[in-house]
Amino acid sequence: MPQLSALTSYQSIYVFIAIVVTIAALYFSRGPAHAAIRSLTRVIHSAMRLGAASLFHAEQKLAARNREVLLAAGREAAEQKIEREFDRMDKSVQRDLAECPTLQRRMNEQIARIEEDHQRSTDVPPSPPGWTNAVEAVANIPSKGDPMVANILDKIHESLVEAQNKARDAYRAVSKERHENLKKMRPNWRALQHSVDQMDKNVRSLLGRAKTIDRYVEDYEEIQKGSDRAIRNLHSSSLTNFFVSGLFCAIAIGGAFINFHLIARPMSEMVGGSNAIGAFRIADIAAMVIILVEISMGLFLMESLRFTRLFPVIGALPDKMRVRMLWFAFGLLLCLATIEAGLAFMREILMHDELATSAALRGQTSQVVFASDFLWITTVAQMGMGFILPFALTFVAIPLESFVAATRTVLGLMLQGFLKALAVCLRVLGSVIYQLGNVLVEIYDLIVFLPLWLERMIKANGGSARKGSKTATAREVF
Amino acid sequence: MKRIISIVALLAVFGLAGCGEPQPTSRGVYMLMDTSGTYTKELKKAQDIINAILTKLDTGDTFAVARIDTGSFSEKDILAKVTFDDRPSMANQEKRRFRDTINQYVKRVRPSRYTDITGGLLQASEFLNEKNTGAKTILIFSDLDEDLKKGHIRDIALALDGFEVVALNVTKLNKDIVDPRIYLERLSRWQAKVESGGGKWKVINDIDRLEQIILN
Repeated sequence: MPQLSALTSYQSIYVFIAIVVTIAALYFSRGPAHAAIRSLTRVIHSAMRLGAASLFHAEQKLAARNREVLLAAGREAAEQKIEREFDRMDKSVQRDLAECPTLQRRMNEQIARIEEDHQRSTDVPPSPPGWTNAVEAVANIPSKGDPMVANILDKIHESLVEAQNKARDAYRAVSKERHENLKKMRPNWRALQHSVDQMDKNVRSLLGRAKTIDRYVEDYEEIQKGSDRAIRNLHSSSLTNFFVSGLFCAIAIGGAFINFHLIARPMSEMVGGSNAIGAFRIADIAAMVIILVEISMGLFLMESLRFTRLFPVIGALPDKMRVRMLWFAFGLLLCLATIEAGLAFMREILMHDELATSAALRGQTSQVVFASDFLWITTVAQMGMGFILPFALTFVAIPLESFVAATRTVLGLMLQGFLKALAVCLRVLGSVIYQLGNVLVEIYDLIVFLPLWLERMIKANGGSARKGSKTATAREVF
Repeated sequence: MKRIISIVALLAVFGLAGCGEPQPTSRGVYMLMDTSGTYTKELKKAQDIINAILTKLDTGDTFAVARIDTGSFSEKDILAKVTFDDRPSMANQEKRRFRDTINQYVKRVRPSRYTDITGGLLQASEFLNEKNTGAKTILIFSDLDEDLKKGHIRDIALALDGFEVVALNVTKLNKDIVDPRIYLERLSRWQAKVESGGGKWKVINDIDRLEQIILN
């Protein structure tokens, strides 16, 4: 026990001496150590700042590139929209305004007919004969009881009444004719009204299209200017497209997965169930190839129909060739869909065979009762699915195109964000390391605080002593 | 264009590298049925096991059933063997035929005087190695009480690397009931024999769970 305590005291002395020596060494190397710590942290800080600056620069370049790509995509989309709208307007103008001369001619004819009818309706009735005034004057002569005169006057009166009746009848006939003419004017008026309405409708439709084109052109101008509003709109549109088309692509993958399971099993009856390439059975690969070929044919079909523009070569083909390609793709798709329906039927047969075998091996032959009356439902359903799914998968081309277009933008944005975050992290880390250098210097001084304190004391005493001796010398001088 | 060509060439190189000698993925099962003495009474269970295995096996797999008798190291002891056709429909027919063959055998089985399990194991390993299946399983439906005819030499090291040997329905004999150490010693002796040959050893006595355990 005493030996142990002696050993401990020796160890304490050694430790003490080691501490003293270390502190002394640290004290004497204080200046270079401070410089080394500061240099090291400064170097790391500078490197990180440099790295952050490079990343910021790269991020800005990427942002500019993304902006360019986004604007180019937006420009293309806007051009397509405007082109399509102009196309519609062109058709509308050709359809509606091409009828304008005919319409105008028809309207002129109708107006001429109306004028003619109007002219006819305004004709005045024939005036009564001129001798009526003379007869009236004679009729006003007083008869004074002369029967001869009275007789003459009666005759004149009768003649007058007869003439008046004739004139009235003639007037009535003319009026009737005039009314008939006015009546004939009515359908012409209506036709004219219809023509004017049609013209108004056409013009309004054209004005509506013109407004739409104006709006698209405004958007296009914004894109051409590269304004922030346009960029914001395009970003938002790209993100929406990305998520929506991604969702539809996921649905299509689900459809393809179901399709695969529908044909993978019977495919083993055709290409064998035990052969494999690597970890994949050839039957599975064959089923997958069929589905991929179907999707490819669907893409070509959509391209040929100009619903999508994934392959510019197909879009640029002459119309005749494009239509041929369309029918070829459709024919192949139809064949594959029919094969799939057959495979789905085969699958049902195989399943029943396998169930029957398993039941027989388990000795359950008597217990297995197939509801054969209802089996046709599942068979028909499977065959229907096998036939319809290839055509349904055709439409994946549309979301796929949007997805491909939007992915470029979204990936660019994500990379941009990543670079920015990395640059900020480097910057912050650099600053932390720089400040850490100061902290390390302070800690270093804290370790050698005793010699430092002594140094300061000595300096202070030496200073005051020097000051004291200087004062004495001055006194002596004075 | 150069870039595209280089990518295509790289893919082709990787593709060709992947198309080397294909590793067999099929399964091979060889079942040894003990037909000695009173164990023939257990053959009904063996039939159930065979049927269960048949339901589990797929196209391209190999299955053979052989009896354990006086001298089991012989092709003549193989009762039925099949490598299932690539087409599932044909494989199903083969399974039915296989079942019928075994049923026929069980009906007319005669107990053998001796029990040559080691010879059966040698025959099984030889058969499965010839078939070159991916997974090799030997099922021994026996009480593992080997009884060799005088003159038969079976003190041979087994080469069972890559094999899984499963002892099924290892029944307890009268002497085992009297002294369980005999039973345990018998099991451990067989385990040592199989494992010294590089094989894996397993014992399954719960036949009800057999279908879930084997070939999974």
